[in-house]
Amino acid sequence: MTQQKKQDGWNPYLAGALVGLLATASVWVTTERLGRSSFLGASTTFVRAAGFIERSISPQRVQDNTYYQQTGLAFDWQFMVVAGIFIGALIASLTDKSCKLESVPPMWQARFGSSIARRAVFAVLGGMVAMVGARMADGCPSGHGLSGVMQLSVSGLTAMAMFFAPAILAAHFIYNRKGAL
Amino acid sequence: MNQAQVIGLITGLLFGFLLQKGRVLRFEKQIGALRLKDMTILKFMLSAILVGMVGIYLLNDLGIITLSHKPMNLGAVLIGGVLFALGWSVAGYCPGTSVGAVGEGRWHAVFAIAGMLLGASVYAQLYPFFDSTVLAWKDFGPIGLPETLGVSHWVVIPIFWAGVLGLFAFFEKKGL
Repeated sequence: MTQQKKQDGWNPYLAGALVGLLATASVWVTTERLGRSSFLGASTTFVRAAGFIERSISPQRVQDNTYYQQTGLAFDWQFMVVAGIFIGALIASLTDKSCKLESVPPMWQARFGSSIARRAVFAVLGGMVAMVGARMADGCPSGHGLSGVMQLSVSGLTAMAMFFAPAILAAHFIYNRKGAL
Repeated sequence: MNQAQVIGLITGLLFGFLLQKGRVLRFEKQIGALRLKDMTILKFMLSAILVGMVGIYLLNDLGIITLSHKPMNLGAVLIGGVLFALGWSVAGYCPGTSVGAVGEGRWHAVFAIAGMLLGASVYAQLYPFFDSTVLAWKDFGPIGLPETLGVSHWVVIPIFWAGVLGLFAFFEKKGL
């Protein structure tokens, strides 16, 4: 496969540096206005969202669950951050016409074909394992990766290494080889 | 919406906008980095970290904010980290980017999101088990690297900057 590099979008160094400013401003604003320094993160919101869905099916089950109770089910600051990511990406992609409906990722398709069902099964399984891991580690690439490393947290630095090293190894076996998965 | 929700929404909106403009929401960018073919996500992430690190430690030194380290729970970070890595290499999205990917039309990311919601529920059900095993192994608590090394953060930060800038130079040289 030839690697074609289209220079679209913004320079990643610039866009990233702006996220650094945003992360700093965000901690400042939450401290001043909400009385508590809040750092960017995303995975706790998935716990809350899962809890809301489960509560609509079986309220008792959620009420009896230590983890849901400990996390606290509420549409909090971080929940709205995650909702905002969706809207922000939508606005950015519509205004520069990079929004594109896609049913299977091109790189996945090149390796495993265009079956949506096949992609769906593996994406669900992958997402599930990833989230169990993120909750166990108490953070994802946002909470540990960005916010943790920014603060030079030992947990964040360790988590980043643990996120990347095995994933690079796994990706090599999954995508760089020919033949069946 | 209360004040916290409004602030969160604006922050997320800007975050999502920049993630999309940096083109880091794509499956190809995430897996491309893991295949060591396209380092866009690392350039983006590390640039954010370099700037944010200086900003946050300045605000901390001025007494404006307080740092909030996540606990260094050994079993949790090591085993959880590996599980995340394995899932991420297949799903191609992390929690934050999955939501943004749907925003830019890559609707197949809903499958990864569905899996993540399922995973959150599975974790909630299994939490008592993990709490008495993996999480109970060794917890060093919320520690930062500078205090652990016994040096000022203004010693660690320039070294971190130098290392990352060296990595950037390497990426550019190799055209990654």
